[in-house]
Amino acid sequence: MSIKYAETEQATGTTKYVGQAIDRVDGPAKTTGEARFAAEYPYPGLAYAALVHATVPRGRITAIDTAQAKAVRGVIDVLTHENAPPMKPAPKLSLLDPSTLVSGTPVNYLATDEVHWNGQPVAVVVAETPETARYAASLVRPAYEELPATVDLAAEQHNAVPQKGNLLGETSADKGDAQAALAAAPHSVDLTFTTPPHNHNAIEPHATTAVWEGDRLTVHEATQNITWTRKHLAQRFGVPEKGVRVLSPYVGGGFGGKGSVWAGTLLAVLAARATGRPVRLALTREAVYHTVGGRTGSIQRVALGAGADGALTAILHTSVSRTGRGGGHGEQITAGTRHLYAAPNIHLRQSTVPLDLLPNTFMRAPGESIGTFALESAVDELALELGLDPVELRLRNEPDRDPVGGQRLAHRRLRQAYALGAERFGWRERDPRPGSMRDGRWLVGMGVATAYHPSMRMPANVAVRLGADGTVVVRCGLQEMGMGTATVLGQMAADELGVPLASVRVEYGDSDLPVGPGAGGSMQTASAAAGVQDAAAKLKRTMLGLVRRSPGSPLRGRRPAEVEARDGGLYAGASGQTYVEILKAAGRSHVEVESKAGMLGFVARTLRERRRLVRAATGAQFCEVRVDPDTMEVRVSRWLGVFDVGTVINARTAASQLRGGIVMGIGMALSEQTLIDHRNGRVMNASLSEYHVPVHADIPRIEVLCLDEPDSTMPLGLRGVGEVSITGAAAAVANAVRHATGKRVLDLPITLDKLL
Amino acid sequence: MTEIRMKVNGSVESLDVEPWVSLLDALRERLGVTGPKKGCDQGACGACTVLADGMRINACLALAIQYDGREITTIEGVAHPLQEAFVRHDGFQCGYCTPGQICSAIGMLAEYEAGMPSAVTGSRGLDEAEIRERMSGNLCRCGAYNGIVDAIKEVSG
Repeated sequence: MSIKYAETEQATGTTKYVGQAIDRVDGPAKTTGEARFAAEYPYPGLAYAALVHATVPRGRITAIDTAQAKAVRGVIDVLTHENAPPMKPAPKLSLLDPSTLVSGTPVNYLATDEVHWNGQPVAVVVAETPETARYAASLVRPAYEELPATVDLAAEQHNAVPQKGNLLGETSADKGDAQAALAAAPHSVDLTFTTPPHNHNAIEPHATTAVWEGDRLTVHEATQNITWTRKHLAQRFGVPEKGVRVLSPYVGGGFGGKGSVWAGTLLAVLAARATGRPVRLALTREAVYHTVGGRTGSIQRVALGAGADGALTAILHTSVSRTGRGGGHGEQITAGTRHLYAAPNIHLRQSTVPLDLLPNTFMRAPGESIGTFALESAVDELALELGLDPVELRLRNEPDRDPVGGQRLAHRRLRQAYALGAERFGWRERDPRPGSMRDGRWLVGMGVATAYHPSMRMPANVAVRLGADGTVVVRCGLQEMGMGTATVLGQMAADELGVPLASVRVEYGDSDLPVGPGAGGSMQTASAAAGVQDAAAKLKRTMLGLVRRSPGSPLRGRRPAEVEARDGGLYAGASGQTYVEILKAAGRSHVEVESKAGMLGFVARTLRERRRLVRAATGAQFCEVRVDPDTMEVRVSRWLGVFDVGTVINARTAASQLRGGIVMGIGMALSEQTLIDHRNGRVMNASLSEYHVPVHADIPRIEVLCLDEPDSTMPLGLRGVGEVSITGAAAAVANAVRHATGKRVLDLPITLDKLL
Repeated sequence: MTEIRMKVNGSVESLDVEPWVSLLDALRERLGVTGPKKGCDQGACGACTVLADGMRINACLALAIQYDGREITTIEGVAHPLQEAFVRHDGFQCGYCTPGQICSAIGMLAEYEAGMPSAVTGSRGLDEAEIRERMSGNLCRCGAYNGIVDAIKEVSG
């Protein structure tokens, strides 16, 4: 995808684009229908695929009858484990090759007769029309030998085993003796929380259009990771990586659900190979639930002990979550608890139990979103127990250094966030007595909670091409699924190069571009920022090299450190030359440079840094609810989130992303849950009619403020904003409900039956 | 197969469709009009909203043959101040629900003008609560609801 900024931007090189509320560069394409998504690329001879899903949670396929399906006019082929061409197994997980993380599950579809979850694809129908494919899929008749399956997290929690730590962080901690300190504490709470499974429900269902030409493969894909998807497909189909091209200029929402390669992608490519036709596989909404992992449910205990002054003496947080027997990973459920409050005694444990369900996967702030629900609800309950204001209790326990590891906290501004938030939200007007505030007949409640998400980044290669006419092309294999990637990439590049934004064109969403990071872990913008800075510095050196020995150049003999990129050129003090002049003088049509970041060195540095520094985006979430006293229906009536996310690159897109996380957090608090039938492991509400994401009427005006101070330890001072705002959100709602009604709900979502 | 003729975004299209083909699939897969999106295929998300003779409908719940002789407007055929307002107020992120939101908003404004009430209609005029109620059939998982309401308010005000 290549996109150019509007000419209407009034800009000179001295204007700073970073921080401005600039309109999305892809706005016109998205509001006119011009933006094409993965299922919207036409090909001559295009065939359509549909999946057949297993109806048992665990077992073996003993027979699969495809005769009726094959007899339907317009059916091209029906692929099963009996006739599908082979696909190589998923490579083993290796930290030396992070692309191995992209495999959603090691289950090798259609190369095995084993069934590992209810809904696993067991056949693919390829037909001339989408209707024919779907109809014929309904006629495929598999028979199973069913095996015993365990699918209920609560029933299996005693089988949980300790979760291993990984690159993303530790999973346990012991400091002092938390049990003894809890027992001795004059004030304490000890609560057990449960959170249900969730599904991402991006409005665009996963879709793949796959085209083979010999051993060359082109894939139009809805993905958060074009680079790793390309490598994975090359490995699975045994073809050279350079012959595989993954195109994903527009992604209709991801939230983690498009961060891995799942069945739909592999089976579309397989079907295209088997039939020799271009194949489109657009998952039905139900198929998304059956083939793309969601967020794990959890059972969490949080116990807190404190002195009469509110100083915490003990923090215990343990969690049980689930993986799939066919893959999945533990989540960082206690990560926020590790870093948020000072206490002499801390005990953290995470454990997981494998179930016979579709493997879980990352969903917006995996771990932290549900972990902060438990922690921040417990902190609120402790405030009530102590008779302390919940904001004050948090401020009294704000640490100076990391509570567990003792590292320096890079740029932590939670105190300021709370001060500003309390002021703006009118926190002082809150009567602390539960059930005391009313608006007419409605019960009113106000709640707060802390948001916490670690700030990370990955290597990003960025190419910059400067043309003789002064235009700039910035190229990086980034993904745009609504975060504003394309827009902020241009803003950062224009500032670093000192050129007008309107002269910058960005290219992204294509695996042929220089390798960028995946869109996950709130890392993409920070990663790209470092790449843009490197490329800009390289460009400066290259351009300076062209004129450093030119007798007539005002830049003659200048070193890079003496020269500034601004006003469309390079300047040392008042004298300098524009890029156009330099290229003309050197007789060059263009100059192109590329930053190169190595993965191994990067990982080593990240691990080194972690020993001395803890970085995170944080925030203070303020929520007001109204509760109907008769039906106990909860309505969120006001929201304010104040976030410390370092430098804000685009005030508009950052605010939108932060709002979006809060909206998802409100859904998590009040309505979202994936219901599993414990008899057979089937998802019972695999639709948008029965899985309730927030709608317009559920969402009030959400005010978002950013402190906007650079974090000097991050490129351009920025931290990612994609996930922090869902953290703490459900707790803020639960705490407001507690304030309005006097009832503490420990089990999400807070539906009215739990309040009656 | 049944031959039908529809006016789609101003141009007359004739096509042969089986009776079970939805209007959405006819538009997207037969005519290449991909502005209307498929999010759920069962009327729950509103991403497929188009205007049929000016009325908003979920194209996934309509059969193409029912619309023989009718005039269909999709986002590709829309030229409305709402589009620019959506950009200015950041009424979207990923952009997948956007064509449906915009078509739905146009249909909604017409319904309001025609005096059709909603569950929250009172004496306040087309305020935020009215807009939210009337737009609740269009889901946005990115959570751009505030921007969408602002854009509609600006254009309707």
